[in-house]
Amino acid sequence: MKSQEIREYLKKFRVGIAGAGGLGSNCAMLLARAGVGTLIVCDNDTVEKSNLNRQFYFLHQCGMKKTEALIDNLKMIDEDINVIARDIKLDRHNIPEVFAGCDVIIEAFDSAYMKEMIIETVQSRMPGITLIVASGLAGWGKNETIRTRKIDDNLYVCGDESEEVSDENPPLAPRVTIVAAMQANLAVEILMNRKK
Amino acid sequence: MKIMLNNRMEEFDAKSLTVQQLLDIKKYSFRMRTVKVNGRYVPPSEYDKTTINDGDNVQIIYLMSGG
Repeated sequence: MKSQEIREYLKKFRVGIAGAGGLGSNCAMLLARAGVGTLIVCDNDTVEKSNLNRQFYFLHQCGMKKTEALIDNLKMIDEDINVIARDIKLDRHNIPEVFAGCDVIIEAFDSAYMKEMIIETVQSRMPGITLIVASGLAGWGKNETIRTRKIDDNLYVCGDESEEVSDENPPLAPRVTIVAAMQANLAVEILMNRKK
Repeated sequence: MKIMLNNRMEEFDAKSLTVQQLLDIKKYSFRMRTVKVNGRYVPPSEYDKTTINDGDNVQIIYLMSGG
């Protein structure tokens, strides 16, 4: 398939992204460039200067809601992309409704608690929907430890499943973006193998 | 019994184990994680009730903060 044919094909799909921080904003950017037609992105944070070490935002956007800033940035890549950005906190109750109709959901939260929450919710209340989780991306280097692990047809994990974020082991752009790109790459692979 | 634990064959002396016992034996108890047994998601409230038997496929995902 040629690049333009791939874009035309991916246009038919809808991907949900839970969180618009280091993972979610970069993953959205990559999926927009690849040509995914509709992105549903949820986050209730505001862009801060400290986010710019890894997140897909810019200095002049500090103070903006991440959802608004992300729509602006994605529209600069593809003015036709359909971005449904919701300024809400996701929880067990709203996830099935917010991400209804998505072909794939990307987990892009910061906290391990929220990661566990969305896995439980999607696995138990959205059968058949593929969830791509990120776990273990803090620090720098150690390229060889980052991988994708298939749990089953509906659940994948990208990351090293080991490096936890702390003051001494912060999330930095290269490693966070590698994991975000692995999530996006896997989402494209899953969509390309799906008939629509 | 022999089980597949994260795609690797592992052998245990017991004939069967609960999910909680497996987590304790493997010292996984202090981390955030998700458990699936034979493709079924096991909620934490069922770790004491869900048994793992010979030949089962157990997947444990370690959840690290950061994003």
